[in-house]
Amino acid sequence: MIPVLSVQGLKVSFRTDAGMASVLDDVGLTLERGQVLGVVGESGCGKSTLIRAIMGILPGAARVNAGQIVFEGENLLVFTERELNQQIRGSRIGFIPQDPLLSLNPVFKVGSQLLEIMRDHAPPGTSRADHIQRLVSLLRRLQVPGPDNALERYPHQFSGGQRQRLLIAAALACSPGLVIADEPTTALDVTTQHEILLLLRELVDELDISLLFVTHDLGVVAALCDTVCVIYAGQTVESGPVEAVLRAPSHPYTQALLACHPERSVSFTGIGGTVPSPLRMPTGCRFAPRCGYTEPICAVALPIATRRKSGADVRCVHSG
Amino acid sequence: MNPILRKLTRDIPAMIGLVIVVVVLVIAIIGPWIAPYPGDAAASHLARRLKPPTGPFPFGTDNLGRDILSRVILGARGALTVAFTVVGLSMAIGIPLGLIAGYRGGIVSELIMRVTDAVLAIPQLVLALALAQLMSPSLESAMLALSLTYWPFFTRIVYAEARRLGNSLFVDALRGIGARPLRIVFLHILPNAASPIIVRATIGLGFTILTAAVLGFLGMGATPPAPDWGLTIAQSRVYLPDAWWYALYPGLAILLTVMGFNLLGDGLRDLVDPRLRRSR
Amino acid sequence: MILRFVLRRCALAVPSLIGLLVLTFVLIRVVPSDPAAAMAGDAATPEQIAQLRHEYGLDRPVWEQFFVYAGKAVRLDFGESAFSHRPVALDIAQRLPATLELTFAAMAISIFLGVPLGVFAALRHNQWPDFALRMVSVLGVAVAAFWVAIMLQLLFAMELGWLPLRGELSVSVPPPVRLSGFLLVDSLLTGRFDAFGDGLAHLVLPAVTLALGGMASIVRFTRAGVLDTLQQDFVTYERAMGYRRMRLIWRYVLRNSVTATITQIGLLFGGLIAGGVVVEAIYDWPGIGSYTVNAILTGDHQVMLAVTLLIGVVYAVVNILTDLVHGLVDPRLMDRS
Repeated sequence: MIPVLSVQGLKVSFRTDAGMASVLDDVGLTLERGQVLGVVGESGCGKSTLIRAIMGILPGAARVNAGQIVFEGENLLVFTERELNQQIRGSRIGFIPQDPLLSLNPVFKVGSQLLEIMRDHAPPGTSRADHIQRLVSLLRRLQVPGPDNALERYPHQFSGGQRQRLLIAAALACSPGLVIADEPTTALDVTTQHEILLLLRELVDELDISLLFVTHDLGVVAALCDTVCVIYAGQTVESGPVEAVLRAPSHPYTQALLACHPERSVSFTGIGGTVPSPLRMPTGCRFAPRCGYTEPICAVALPIATRRKSGADVRCVHSG
Repeated sequence: MNPILRKLTRDIPAMIGLVIVVVVLVIAIIGPWIAPYPGDAAASHLARRLKPPTGPFPFGTDNLGRDILSRVILGARGALTVAFTVVGLSMAIGIPLGLIAGYRGGIVSELIMRVTDAVLAIPQLVLALALAQLMSPSLESAMLALSLTYWPFFTRIVYAEARRLGNSLFVDALRGIGARPLRIVFLHILPNAASPIIVRATIGLGFTILTAAVLGFLGMGATPPAPDWGLTIAQSRVYLPDAWWYALYPGLAILLTVMGFNLLGDGLRDLVDPRLRRSR
Repeated sequence: MILRFVLRRCALAVPSLIGLLVLTFVLIRVVPSDPAAAMAGDAATPEQIAQLRHEYGLDRPVWEQFFVYAGKAVRLDFGESAFSHRPVALDIAQRLPATLELTFAAMAISIFLGVPLGVFAALRHNQWPDFALRMVSVLGVAVAAFWVAIMLQLLFAMELGWLPLRGELSVSVPPPVRLSGFLLVDSLLTGRFDAFGDGLAHLVLPAVTLALGGMASIVRFTRAGVLDTLQQDFVTYERAMGYRRMRLIWRYVLRNSVTATITQIGLLFGGLIAGGVVVEAIYDWPGIGSYTVNAILTGDHQVMLAVTLLIGVVYAVVNILTDLVHGLVDPRLMDRS
């Protein structure tokens, strides 16, 4: 079966005053139908750029230099802006943004924003009344209070958690095959966070959608995802089934991330050093300057990903 | 070089503004020595009246045969004198009032800010016209009228800054160690308000030249035979459309000078606080 | 809710209006050394001055004078114009429509050209159209309106003869029956299309002159507003969800950006009224502006005072309207009140 989304060898660079910055350099991931894939990494590792590249909304200074983004069998990189707008964004790929408080347009009613999406992307032959009906039933399913008149209200009249539910409804409105969620719970308090995660898992199982879930929180990955892809400094360093990666992490970076997680370790260690600047990447392994197991080869050769016994693909010279 | 200054030198419009301002300043200072006919500030030569632009008179001559280029050059000093006097006076009135209102609070502050609001509630030009008219028209009344209507802009800025800093921990700490109010105000609050004041003053210089030109045009500023730009345009109207040059060049002089100050002021503002761009 | 918002805003304007009364009172009573002489004008005899002094109660205490003055001002009693020998309020009422017609025309030009150009400049941020528009808007703010007026007259009326030089209507065209006082409206209401066309031709140059500065500042503020909005998260979100580009910019981005522009339009109105003073005088436009210049030239203090007060009030009203529109555009503001 072909995967819903498959990204291979993706390279993206940004033109800056100080030269070309390579933000993504060989990122790969695969999302099977009906599954949840967690993309994990520290801030600045290129997660947002990856999402923007998939949806074709990279800023003007960015260029895709190499790679493939195949969605339901089609390479999105050959789509024109117009084709992406008409056939992909909002219709076949739904998007749940990071900050629900800032992502709804404050001066428009919720209804006009949600209907704007359906207006261009709902199946042909459906009327505005159909759209309203669909949205109201979605809002009811998502437990938005007062679903019948929610569309007539303004974003500021909803709480953060409620607004995130509105945005989930917007993402699901046109029955997409893939939903991309960009850290959708970081801006929320812990209780609401938990509710939203549960809701998302239910929806994935119920509606036969696939979810690409970007986060920096391995706890969230453990609770929600089927597979995981760890990104460091613009490269996929480890990917595979959640069970395998979280129980027996092979890459030193994944191990370090897990060690940082307060629920999983006795001592909160943190990772020494910082992510290297995309303007001056190390020539060898990008994690080498912060790694505890460095060998001379690490500073020279960039390792390639290999399949391990656990079932994970790992980019490290150690055969862990 | 100071990084802030380096950023300013990269801002091309601001640099154009700076060059214009410097050139106008130089012309204002050495005008009498570079004008082709420095005597034409007052003299008249009826034999060569209303000559179109030609070699000896690149901008033509006026109804009294005076060289317009010379008069445009000689007018720069008057325009800048008015601008600097008015902005200086406005600052002298507006800044102390703003400091008092912002630092003291209470009824004094309330009173000062109400007066400020009332003055700002009428377009400056209208109020200045009324004032200048009531004070028997002359260049001095024009300058006084413009100052008396421009100071609130400075009061507003300084008030906001003094208010913000007056409530800050930093000033609280100073009070705690027993610093005297005057010392706090002049050594700590005023320097912090300096950049918005400089920006406003730069833009104010351009704005004042424009408003002063209107007063001059309406006969409420400089009096003949002064080579005032606004006044010259007013005098030219009788001789239109034939003597187009008579009105054209003084107007261009106003335009260039005001533009210079505005470009420079905008550049400085962007430098001080990019977010201020929205609030003109 | 809207009513409450408006009432609240009107209540807030009361102190400013009182301030305005005090200010104009100070202007007319304190600034001139002898207010009665100033009021009577240069040609007055000592007897006339003495009579005026008594008439206006200048021999009574200052606070009493103020209340008499305020009472009269509230009843729109500004005395008689020394020039036209008619009540100032009547003169103003007759001339106000012409000024409003000119101001609205200038405002319409500024907004309908300024907003799209501002959006365009923002979309071409740091490319040559942006630089060109920025230069033009700097020019528009820096140019003296009276000079532009003369230059436009010189070119379009005197040299090319395309447009009339001055006035509101040609001498050969009899004015339409006065219904609303607005010439264009009246000529349409009475079916006088010849007067409408002629009036429109007369309106072009003054309106364009007046609009120049306003348009420049609207371009600047719209540009800044759009640039600011484009940085917002919701724009990224809307792009990610496939909003059509045109609708995204002209509907969803623009409505967020205009909040700054609306404030600017409020300020602009005051600027247009002030700028109109000189522009009207040059084009001989029969409105408040040429009336004011006349008053300045003839030393007609009563008129000066009334006009200053009037403009202050108009300014306050426009500010209330601006806030109201603000509230309508941005629902968060309305809820906060």
